[in-house]
Amino acid sequence: MSILVNKDTKIIVQGLTGKTGSFHTEQALAYFGTQMVAGIHPKKGGEKWTAGPGAGKAAGKELPIFATVGEAKEATGATATVVYVPPAGAAAAIIEAIDAEIPFITCITEGIPVLDMVKVKARLEKSNSRLLGPNCPGILTPEECKIGIMPGSIFSKGSVGVVSRSGTLTYEAVFQTTNVGLGQTTAVGIGGDPVKGTEFIDVLEMFLADEATKSIIMIGEIGGSAEEDAAQFLADEAKKGRRKPVVGFIAGRTAPPGRTMGHAGAVISGGKGGAEDKIAAMQAAGIAVSPSPARLGVTLAEVLKG
Amino acid sequence: MNIHEYQAKAVLKSYGAPVAAGVAVFSAQEAEAAAKSLPGPVYVVKTQIHAGGRGKGKFKELGPDAKGGVRVVRSVDEVKSNAAEMLGNTLVTKQTGPAGKQVNRLYIEDGAAIARELYLSLLVDRGTGRVAFVASTEGGMDIETVAAETPEKILTLPIDPESGVTDLDAIRLAEALKLEEPAKSEGMALFKTLYKAFTDKDMSLLEINPLVVLEDGHVRVLDAKVSFENNALFRHPDIAELRDETEEDPKEIEASKYDLSYVALDGDIGCMVNGAGLAMATMDIIKLYGAEPANFLDVGGGATTEKVTAAFKIITADPNVKGILVNIFGGIMRCDIIAEGVVTAVKEVGLKVPLVVRLEGTNVERGKQIINESGLNVIAADDLDDAAQKIVKAVKG
Repeated sequence: MSILVNKDTKIIVQGLTGKTGSFHTEQALAYFGTQMVAGIHPKKGGEKWTAGPGAGKAAGKELPIFATVGEAKEATGATATVVYVPPAGAAAAIIEAIDAEIPFITCITEGIPVLDMVKVKARLEKSNSRLLGPNCPGILTPEECKIGIMPGSIFSKGSVGVVSRSGTLTYEAVFQTTNVGLGQTTAVGIGGDPVKGTEFIDVLEMFLADEATKSIIMIGEIGGSAEEDAAQFLADEAKKGRRKPVVGFIAGRTAPPGRTMGHAGAVISGGKGGAEDKIAAMQAAGIAVSPSPARLGVTLAEVLKG
Repeated sequence: MNIHEYQAKAVLKSYGAPVAAGVAVFSAQEAEAAAKSLPGPVYVVKTQIHAGGRGKGKFKELGPDAKGGVRVVRSVDEVKSNAAEMLGNTLVTKQTGPAGKQVNRLYIEDGAAIARELYLSLLVDRGTGRVAFVASTEGGMDIETVAAETPEKILTLPIDPESGVTDLDAIRLAEALKLEEPAKSEGMALFKTLYKAFTDKDMSLLEINPLVVLEDGHVRVLDAKVSFENNALFRHPDIAELRDETEEDPKEIEASKYDLSYVALDGDIGCMVNGAGLAMATMDIIKLYGAEPANFLDVGGGATTEKVTAAFKIITADPNVKGILVNIFGGIMRCDIIAEGVVTAVKEVGLKVPLVVRLEGTNVERGKQIINESGLNVIAADDLDDAAQKIVKAVKG
């Protein structure tokens, strides 16, 4: 089992013909044959895209290009899209996918103006689509499906659900859980922007409901209060008897207030969003917070031993 | 990107917001001329730096009894003498840090007879994913203090992006600010004006503290702090021109030219990392092992050898740096690219401090090979814990 994506997920690529989109689509095809089914380009509808050597065994595979997401969905039966469109046009691409009623939209693009995302979020709330990201590494279910830019080689099939605001810290958690022999059900990067589609709580709910997921690693960072909300959610669910071991980490204990640390959403403002408050809230909810990002896997193994 | 108060007021004025007449000046002579152009008899001389708390700030070079960075005066001569006293000196406020900021610009503004001071701001509320107004009757003081002491005096009102500020929203804000006519009608128009300015120009913060009701019953924007979202500057060349580089750290300006995400800090271990989360975590772990990071630096996902070289140069140019930790987990970023960048940079600029490199992920073996074969004196590390311990030990002995 897994959450959100599996071997049956059919994916459209918005921004396939660009350098980034092409590169990562080849990587996805190479990863256990992830079902990339079509690309979108408003002026290249009817043409074909051919996978290069980066796609491994799938090199030479042709994907049809459609002018719109709606046409591609109609023709391929796709249930997901991934957006690699540059920042200026990314919000419009997401809205096109929402209008085409794509159930699961992942946006990798970093640097989308936040007020564009405010508009996207309003549209999203009136739809049945789920958005992951933007400014995220995507999602990966080991040996089944890779959407986005995570390196497939560090994954192994297993029992840990990973959810994170940071891309590279997702990789740390995945790599370490692979090394301690636990493996992952699904790893989800929710992204570093202040206004985004999927929050911690959404993913935690799915991990709690997923039978294959036996434990969870949650990686947060400074800015906002999503970690506090997630901790409260886990505490409330635990009271109802829904509980799984959770290891946490918060990046940015040493970040100065008022400075944006790389991610648009990683900023301590007005005395809010600091790491210590988040760590305290997570510990109060029974989450084992690791002081070191290098000890996520080991800490989880210790927690599971009891 | 932050701008000065006078620039913020000019932007707001262009949308029709009520601001006082004023002139930005760079010298005492210009200040005198500016004052003569204003109606008087009361003038306000305001330092223009990118930091709050100017009124209560102190000038380093002046005695403890000298007045702060915002001065109300009653003659043109006083405008000139106060300007002469302030310009070129260093103002320390609670937001500048102990080093303070040099005052290069002043804003000479027409004075106002104030009846009430209110607080009004717009920001992007992360909880709702909407632009929200924050309004309070407690103007002229820190909104954080008000939030902590009397949270019931603050109204936070998220705005639906599809309808914008409705009449109902405007009435709620006017009531929260206890506005009476004519201020009520003016306020209700102002809320819509400010929302339009905020969304048109991709602001990330628009803070009016205080918004005042004058003795004659009209409203006025008395102070204005505006920040713009960097990710949206590409569509606002007029706003990008307002950038004042003298307010920024020169290393951060250099980094921004290479699209590197860099924040200067006070410690002595320079860091080069890929990914914002990992970059913060690297700072944290340095601190965990007893040292302090000199910077935050995210080389990003699509870094080239050239970019890595630039990053390395920026780090080594900081005289406080006594050791460097390169921490890369290659996803999109390939370890061999980082390794080549580091080797190129070291050969170009030399290496005078210990360098610890930890590589993991895509093409890690090639990356390690490049470092090993370079003949450089690099300390290799297995994981982040190991890397942090090694660099702290190398620096602290």
